[in-house]
Amino acid sequence: MVPVDLTHVEHLQKALQTAADLAKHYGSPVTYVGVTPETPSPVAHNPSEYAQKLEAFAQDQASKHGHEASSKAYTSTDPAIDINDTLLKAVHETRADLVVMQSHIPNVTDYIWPSHGGSVASHSDVSVFLVR
Amino acid sequence: MTTDTDVEAVPSPEGPADIIETDYQIGQDNITPKIGPFGLDIHNPVFLVSGLVVIAFVLLTIIFQDSAGPAFDGMRKFLTSNLDWFFLSAGNIFVLVCIACIVLPIGSVRLGGRDATPDYSYLGWFSMLFAAGMGIGLMFFGVSEPISHYSSSVAEGAGSPDSWAPLAGAAGDPDEARRLGMAATIFHWGLHPWAVYAIVALGLALFSFNKGLPLTIRSLFYPIFGERVWGWPGHVIDILAVFATLFGLATSLGLGAQQANAGLDFVFGVPNTVDVQVILIIAITAVALISVLRGLDGGVKVLSEINMVVAAALLLFVMFAGGIMSVLSGFVSNLVAYGEELIPLSSPVGRDDDNFRQGWTSFYWAWWISWSPFVGMFIARVSRGRTVREFMIAVLLVPTIVSVLWMTAFGGTAISLIEEAGMTQIADAALELKLFEMLSGLPLAAITSFIGVVLVIVFFVTSSDSGSLVIDTITAGGKVNAPVSQRVFWCTFEGLVAIALLLGGGLGALQAAAVSTGFPFAVILLLACYALFKGLYSEPRGKAAAAA
Repeated sequence: MVPVDLTHVEHLQKALQTAADLAKHYGSPVTYVGVTPETPSPVAHNPSEYAQKLEAFAQDQASKHGHEASSKAYTSTDPAIDINDTLLKAVHETRADLVVMQSHIPNVTDYIWPSHGGSVASHSDVSVFLVR
Repeated sequence: MTTDTDVEAVPSPEGPADIIETDYQIGQDNITPKIGPFGLDIHNPVFLVSGLVVIAFVLLTIIFQDSAGPAFDGMRKFLTSNLDWFFLSAGNIFVLVCIACIVLPIGSVRLGGRDATPDYSYLGWFSMLFAAGMGIGLMFFGVSEPISHYSSSVAEGAGSPDSWAPLAGAAGDPDEARRLGMAATIFHWGLHPWAVYAIVALGLALFSFNKGLPLTIRSLFYPIFGERVWGWPGHVIDILAVFATLFGLATSLGLGAQQANAGLDFVFGVPNTVDVQVILIIAITAVALISVLRGLDGGVKVLSEINMVVAAALLLFVMFAGGIMSVLSGFVSNLVAYGEELIPLSSPVGRDDDNFRQGWTSFYWAWWISWSPFVGMFIARVSRGRTVREFMIAVLLVPTIVSVLWMTAFGGTAISLIEEAGMTQIADAALELKLFEMLSGLPLAAITSFIGVVLVIVFFVTSSDSGSLVIDTITAGGKVNAPVSQRVFWCTFEGLVAIALLLGGGLGALQAAAVSTGFPFAVILLLACYALFKGLYSEPRGKAAAAA
């Protein structure tokens, strides 16, 4: 499973490449997961449009890297806070056995607000591969 | 509430809707500076202008405490005495617009598109509508306002130029004074305030869910300004919305702090001073911060539900302790009185009750208008899937009926205690103390007074945290997932503005802030009414046919 923020795809290239390499090496499918608000966002007018864009992104990755891909979109009333719980829920629902996730280099703010990657790694019962 | 929207499971999309095709991309004007380790995602210039002005306001008010009070008071008197006709007229227009939305064919437009289904049940939706609107206000004014109008109406000088009685008062006639007092109170808490909220909420829901525009106030004005709404006209509208929300909230927070302090004094003997109120605001803002960091579902919603349960319990207690039959008969007679006096009370001309009209009604209308971006945005977010007609009937009628019941139970019981038990101390007490004086006339006074204080404090927290979320959304250009540190900034500054206003003139300063920000925003809302009709008439109506 690869969590993606469609607003900042350019920042995710290392994680996307890592996930694709692993998928090809083990012949595993990749599920791209995204979380969107119910209100219009920089990516889409509404959740269904977001879901279509996420699916298009997944198929684009599949054709680019040559692995099997699907997508799963979630809506949240407060994505800034709910995202970690939503990703943990997604781990179960996608039945993923590995999460590959981009994460920033830890800094002092992590003591107040842990990074999403750090939080998912702390609470997930499957392996989490954080890409700095 | 997080729901799974699998690609094939998405209700695709929500049926026909009139999406506005604009080149503007949400967040395109945002800047992402880093302040120390904190990354921000803020709209330029809305965040910068509103943030800097608020910081300057807090500093100047605290530095010049002695001159701030009289200045605020003068501003309030000038606006309410010279522009009362404007506030009253605007309020009437808002009610008429809402009624038009119910009776015209546009009532069948569905928020979220023709196939949208409601996110919440009727019960959940009604609870949130009510919780959003008037928590602290109902606690503060539930007893004090009916008593104030009753006392001024029954007094010998009622009807004279110096009197604060509504309309001509009812000198020496307690029954008529009670009727008039309750009608005037319900007038301030009934259709007019909810019409203001409804217009903002409907506009935001329509232009966000149906038209695909960002969830900010400027989106309402796309039909008027077109693409220019993304420039300075829109910046000004959003900045005014931030000020209105912040100062409207600060007014409520100040009132809440005064009443919580009065209650703590009444129950535990805590000194009733500005210093204690400042400490209260700091402590409660800290709790609001925790709530903000827990998010909409984990913080705001949980506290709102606690509020509703505790408020309902207190209401039921007062109804039974005060005499259930008299409350129920009072409910009907007060509703009738409200209907009879609605036109005279809402008339902007040909009246002699200057003190009442300017001191009470003008202030209230400005206060409701200043709260409208905050409450409107909250209502909009929970109303997806409703038709315009259903939305308007629910937003206007349900909270109005609950307000009538609340005022009848609390205010009516207080008047009965004065008339039948001779508890004149209720009438003589300060506004923030009247609730506790009334509760002292009923059984279990210590417990109910303590519950009253807790309710005020929890309402205070829910106002502060949900207000922070709304201001954060507006200043992030409509993004609802901006960095959490921005919420912390706004939550902190709401508390600081309330403290600054309390130090710089107390209740008068708080009211002046609400009136001052309410006035320009009233002008904006009048324009929004036109934009709303334009937006509604461009929408497909009714439910799409299954085969379509």
